[in-house]
Amino acid sequence: MTAGADTIIESVTSLEPPMQEPGFIRRLARRPLAVGSLAFLAIVALAAVLAPLVAPYAPNSLDLLHVLQGPSWAHPLGTDNLGRDMLSRVIYGGRVTLVGTAIGVGVALVVGVSAGLAAGYTGGRSDWIVTRLADMALAIPAIMILLVVLSVFGRDETIAMVSFGLIISPVVMRVIRGATLTVRDELFVDAARVSGLTGPQVIVRHILPRISGVVIVQASLLAASAVLVETGLGFLGLGVPPPTATWGGLVATASTYVQVQPWLLVPSGLIVALTVLAFGLLGDAVRDAATENWLGGPTQPHARPSLRTELHAPAPRTKEASEAHLLSVEDLVVAFPGPRRVVDGVSFDVKPGETLGLVGESGCGKSMTALALLRLLPGGGSVESGHCWLAGRDLIELSDADSRRVRGSEIGLVSQNAIASLDPVFTVGSQLGELVRLQQPHASRAEVRRRVLGLLEMVRLQNPAKLVQRYPHELSGGMAQRVAIAAALVGQPQLLIADEPTTALDVTVQAEILALLRSLQRQTRMAILLITHDWGIVADMCERAVVMYAGQVVEVASVDDLFHQPLHPYAEGLLLSNPRLGRARRHLAAIPGSVPPPEGWPAGCRFHPRCKYATAECQLTRIPLLEDPSGRLSRCIHSDRLRTKVLAG
Amino acid sequence: MVNLIVRRLLVSLPLVFIVSILTFVLLALTPGDPAIAILGPDAPPSSLAHLREQLGLQDPLYTRYWDWLTGAVHGDLGVSLFTGQQVTAALTQRLPVTLSLILGATLLTTTIGVGLGVLASLRHGASGRAIDVLSLLGLAIPNYWLALGLVAIFAVSWRLLPATGYVPLTESPGGWARTLALPVTVLAVAGISVLAKQTRNAMLDVLSSDFIMTLRARGVPERSIIFKHGLRNAAIPVVTIMGLQVVAMLSGTVIVESVFALPGLGNLAVQGTLQHDIPVVQGAAVCFTLIVILVNLLVDLAYGWLNPKARSA
Repeated sequence: MTAGADTIIESVTSLEPPMQEPGFIRRLARRPLAVGSLAFLAIVALAAVLAPLVAPYAPNSLDLLHVLQGPSWAHPLGTDNLGRDMLSRVIYGGRVTLVGTAIGVGVALVVGVSAGLAAGYTGGRSDWIVTRLADMALAIPAIMILLVVLSVFGRDETIAMVSFGLIISPVVMRVIRGATLTVRDELFVDAARVSGLTGPQVIVRHILPRISGVVIVQASLLAASAVLVETGLGFLGLGVPPPTATWGGLVATASTYVQVQPWLLVPSGLIVALTVLAFGLLGDAVRDAATENWLGGPTQPHARPSLRTELHAPAPRTKEASEAHLLSVEDLVVAFPGPRRVVDGVSFDVKPGETLGLVGESGCGKSMTALALLRLLPGGGSVESGHCWLAGRDLIELSDADSRRVRGSEIGLVSQNAIASLDPVFTVGSQLGELVRLQQPHASRAEVRRRVLGLLEMVRLQNPAKLVQRYPHELSGGMAQRVAIAAALVGQPQLLIADEPTTALDVTVQAEILALLRSLQRQTRMAILLITHDWGIVADMCERAVVMYAGQVVEVASVDDLFHQPLHPYAEGLLLSNPRLGRARRHLAAIPGSVPPPEGWPAGCRFHPRCKYATAECQLTRIPLLEDPSGRLSRCIHSDRLRTKVLAG
Repeated sequence: MVNLIVRRLLVSLPLVFIVSILTFVLLALTPGDPAIAILGPDAPPSSLAHLREQLGLQDPLYTRYWDWLTGAVHGDLGVSLFTGQQVTAALTQRLPVTLSLILGATLLTTTIGVGLGVLASLRHGASGRAIDVLSLLGLAIPNYWLALGLVAIFAVSWRLLPATGYVPLTESPGGWARTLALPVTVLAVAGISVLAKQTRNAMLDVLSSDFIMTLRARGVPERSIIFKHGLRNAAIPVVTIMGLQVVAMLSGTVIVESVFALPGLGNLAVQGTLQHDIPVVQGAAVCFTLIVILVNLLVDLAYGWLNPKARSA
């Protein structure tokens, strides 16, 4: 009816299906807004039912000596143009609106829920029809249909509200259908079907109880729109005729006397607004209470690992000492609120022009380390302590503006999902052009275009002139990754961070991209920090590798040494479990278990629960990263046992 | 492009039939004599007979509808039962008022709604909650009440703007703007609250996506990230929401035109309903439906223009 009513209906259609879970009422009771709304609605409804008892005056008792009065002791909400008591009229008016609302909501629910259940449960043709009907219902302004109906049948509140219920029922259908679809294939429903229950029995006994939360949300939001429609019709003079008190009619009367007694607008409109608000808030609260559990609820507190001071046997890096390196990361700690440390005291160097592998399973903190270097940690994450010197400057201490300039020109990033890393709504040419213009703000259009074409040729893409007009979704994964590499190279960075650059690609395309990276590195002499979990790529590309586990560096070695004789059980386990590594084909020893989340890092050696060399000692103290005489680093007290073994060679 | 328009129109056309046939079906469903239902039991027999003939009640349903349809195709939607005016003429006379309202409200909704949404997406916490509260209020406050409140303040107390009436644009652009200021504001409030919330959500979605992170990693300045890449991508879902808002505004005109006594389509439909002027209400309903179809078509075109994936599909 009103614009508001239509928008409420729309927001109803975008609902995720919340499901009712045990404890739902208790969770709802903890929400003050929900309790307040329910209380308000209960009072309004009770007052309407008991109107003859609670209303101070009869709704139509005239008092022509006291017309259009403001609030007073005798008339708390004032009087109208015929001296009738506004409070009493508001109370009696509730009867009309609440009955009309109940009719509208009832019809919409009966039709919508049953059709939605049937469509969702059976699927197929009936499902298709329901979906189309709902689309159409949204496309026709409901008010016009109501006017057509009323123009034929005359003002008839019941017919109007039944029509309203019918008009919006397809919307309910669609939501219920969605909820039914998600429940339909759950195990207990299958079990009920197998046990011989008929379709209607399964729906009534098993599906309906599960989606009752959705139905309550729907009922509440529908009621909000129904109140707006009912009072809107009353306001237009299309509802229950005077002298019966109706909320819409009260506003209409108030509008006539707005010049004389504007106060009348307050009680008449406020009751409608508050009732709509209460229904809306109640619907929101029910949905939130239902989804709270649906989403797993607040996370349980976990035992925190003990944080003791870490021993650093290798000489700590300093600004001065770091100058031989392109990048020196020293004791980097990245934490998220909680507090959760995801990177816990990581140190390593990248030499100019070298390729360093950063290796580990996902969840080890490799990408977080890279994002910390770029100063792009996602929401809430921050560098708690540590330094990252790039060519003598500490990236952690740079201003935001300076770190943006560093990102544009000194560090490049190539990420895993190339297509997702390009803006989907701009062409390749326009995206590269924007980056070129960042580096050369005064370049002419022709110069920018030349540079863009040059970049595309540099990453060996065929037919660059045509390619610049393409959108990311029109590229293959390999092409997109080449474009992403070109984009990373615009500012001619000294350091390229490649985060799993080939994981999403086919094996043959992987090899091409790696070959491209190698040849670009030869041309530009940039260093590459290659983040990967693939030892084949490490063997192909890297001179040295840093192995990370649970936020810590566990081993640093040259790739030759590492493959020949890993000095940390995690590195050994990773190498042995890599099927692509021909040299380790003797047995496929997977490491049992998986990387624990930061809350679950064990005390002592973080790897000990998964380690076959673990002894009681490993659980007692934090294990330091220690350097051996040959310069290799390992965070294992049993590294001597590994020194007796040779993996290959 | 042409393909899209043709396809869309083919899907929408049934809507016009459904809406137009409704009146005929309802008349057929009315128990007893519809003429008595319309004119009342005390009406003189001659007027009843006249009305029966006007409505074509002596003919079967399909003949009546066919006659109406052939007329409609030629631009003849019948004659008002009360004024005798051609329905088509009444509609064309009132269309500019409603279109002025809709266009004004759309402009206002888009600029303020999107602006607030972007602002809220950049500041977390308090302003996010403020948008939630605003959107609830925008939906809960009945538009007729808001309209009267604004009249009480701006027209009655402060005498800044006229309370009712309409001045055509061609007569006086200033007067036109002054008469439309309040009704356009009322129409836009609900849309603004919805659009602000949806824009904020869409922006937050986009700003947390991979490519935005990558753009930041390439040193693209925050201004370009938010207003070029962020907004352009967020606009894709927002344009769909905006389309729904325009349809909602169209419903809103029915009330708003009545409150402000604007001679538009909504007002015509309400007057027609109060007088049982069936041809007028039916004509207005068909006209509204055509506007909705046009709006949906424009949304589809805008969607395709904004979203290259939809364009090539």
